[in-house]
Amino acid sequence: MKQDLPKEMRPAVALRPVVNESGIEIKPVYAAADVVASGGDAMIGLPGEYPFTRGIHPYMYRKQPFTMRQYTGFGNAADTNKRFHYLIANGQTGLNVAFDLPTQCGLDSDDPLAEGEVGRVGMAVDTLKDFEIAFDGVDLERITVSLTVNGAAAILIAMYLAMAQKRGYDVSKLRGTAQNDILKEFIGRGTWVYPVEPSIRLVGDTIEYCAKYAPKYSPVSVCGYHIRESGADPAQEMAYAFAIAKAYADEVIRRGLPVDEFAGRLSYNFNCFGGIFEQVAKFRAARSLWAKIMKEQYGAKKPGSMWVRMIAGGGGGGLTFEQPELNIVRGAYYALICALAGTQTMALCCYDEAYTIPSEYAQRISLRTMQMLIEEMGLSDTVDPLGGSYYIETLTNQMRSRMEAIMAEVDAQGGIVKLVADGVIQAKVSAQAYRRQRDIEEGRFRKVGVNCYRTEDKTPEMEFHPYKEEDGRAQCQALARIRAERDAEKVRATLARVEADARSGVNLMPAIMEAVKAYASVGEITKVLVGVFGRYREPVRF
Amino acid sequence: MNPVKVVLAKPGLDGHDQGAKVVARALMDAGFEVIYTGLRQTPEAIARISQDEDPDVIALSSMAGSHVPICRKLKPLLEQAGLSDKLWIIGGNLPERDHAELRSLGFKGIFPSSSRLDDIVNFIRANAS
Repeated sequence: MKQDLPKEMRPAVALRPVVNESGIEIKPVYAAADVVASGGDAMIGLPGEYPFTRGIHPYMYRKQPFTMRQYTGFGNAADTNKRFHYLIANGQTGLNVAFDLPTQCGLDSDDPLAEGEVGRVGMAVDTLKDFEIAFDGVDLERITVSLTVNGAAAILIAMYLAMAQKRGYDVSKLRGTAQNDILKEFIGRGTWVYPVEPSIRLVGDTIEYCAKYAPKYSPVSVCGYHIRESGADPAQEMAYAFAIAKAYADEVIRRGLPVDEFAGRLSYNFNCFGGIFEQVAKFRAARSLWAKIMKEQYGAKKPGSMWVRMIAGGGGGGLTFEQPELNIVRGAYYALICALAGTQTMALCCYDEAYTIPSEYAQRISLRTMQMLIEEMGLSDTVDPLGGSYYIETLTNQMRSRMEAIMAEVDAQGGIVKLVADGVIQAKVSAQAYRRQRDIEEGRFRKVGVNCYRTEDKTPEMEFHPYKEEDGRAQCQALARIRAERDAEKVRATLARVEADARSGVNLMPAIMEAVKAYASVGEITKVLVGVFGRYREPVRF
Repeated sequence: MNPVKVVLAKPGLDGHDQGAKVVARALMDAGFEVIYTGLRQTPEAIARISQDEDPDVIALSSMAGSHVPICRKLKPLLEQAGLSDKLWIIGGNLPERDHAELRSLGFKGIFPSSSRLDDIVNFIRANAS
């Protein structure tokens, strides 16, 4: 293995230095000696074997291609149901549900703060009835559903489980995912409701409840994605996400749940914009790092507890407003990155995303892009096709070291919960976002169509997602009807139990399940919890 | 001379604040004083903060599409608060078809996605009294 570059391969002229986004210097040529110098091949292993650098399953896409699950939802439950059936008819194998902002923030559609926002960026949900309509005719065993909700996650998970139960599914066999990663909401995305501590308790409640009653359901999808969007570099993205995952694991372990009873259901959502090789190395490094953490720090025994199961394909921060049609090409590279990196699920960003909620047309292009990788481009033929490349293996080792260093720094500064509560991470990544924006505007960080190869040609016409104010009023009327028809006494009693359980500290999920089954609304349950927990106050630091 | 003072607000429920924070830094780098409100400000709160702070510029950042209804509500509140003579500007995901209405609602500076930081700074320098 010991060899340096032969003389003739050493550049005779000084080459421009290249440093990747995570701060690692990139050499013009890599050889076996670089792999050795970066830590060797001990962490490479085989797919399906510890430390899972090459993939969590032995045969990966050869056995089963990644799930394709575009992010969709708008208007009311009936509109969203139609789009779901459209996507399923076009070959999509999972659903990834977008909720409107009032729902995500725990407000009912008739709340004054919801005015003008009902159904705008996602589906409006007030009660279990909306879930019944949205998933009507969707086979919940064949199609796995992911709920993109955080501050209101406990309530919406309860609604999903209650809806499935009502339709006769055995919840203990039900698969699916909720995003439910509140710590990253404090860093970016911003759909928090309660202060940090009770928010973590609620995440713990969902993990604990699902481990017992819905063991195939993934109650949390820890998101590096939005941290990256907020300005983190690729190594920070993973390091902060793992620090957050550890915070949730610690919360549940403190309650006495053994690690192997829940860790296998933790999942991840990562970003993929950036350089192809840095991104692929990032994912490979992350898999082995998490496996090592779970095995060595948490004493996990089951391989599943050590897996990074992930959704990837979103890369909003890399897409451009200028020459938006180029985002179709960027999307294709992002999809390639995620397939080369061995993602379990792909939700590919759409070319019109910088303008609007993706049109059906844009969604179909993204879906076809993913299908093309499998059907035409040979991405499912063999596992981890870049494995063994001197460059990729060196970079994988270096990215892992980088992530470990960042995690150690987080611990040394008091831990991720404290750093997020104090706004320290927020300030750090937003300073980086500012520097990056300056680098783009001043041409130091190249973006095609933005600071080089601009065109004066007119942007192709965009199809804007329609928003009708009257839909919001219709949603409010539907909610009023449900309020009039439901058993008011039952709602009162179940909400009283939610309050009592919030105060006593027992797991809140059984009480929330009862409340949603009585058609208590998202806003009503949230109000009760805010009464006990209070509201988060944002530390405005930057 | 006192520095130009800007109240930068995130109205509505939209939580995408990366852009607002980037702009806030650019304005501070330009020597302006920036009061950033944080997320989820109601029009009433924005009017109240603006009245209290008495800025030269009232700036909004909106990424999630609800800019028109928000600005419709905000306009009379800012007027009642005696803030009509301030420079009102807005940035974010603002489709071109909405620009005329935003202008008619009193927003002199409209900075859609892809606007340059220096253009925002220069616009404020040229237009804030």
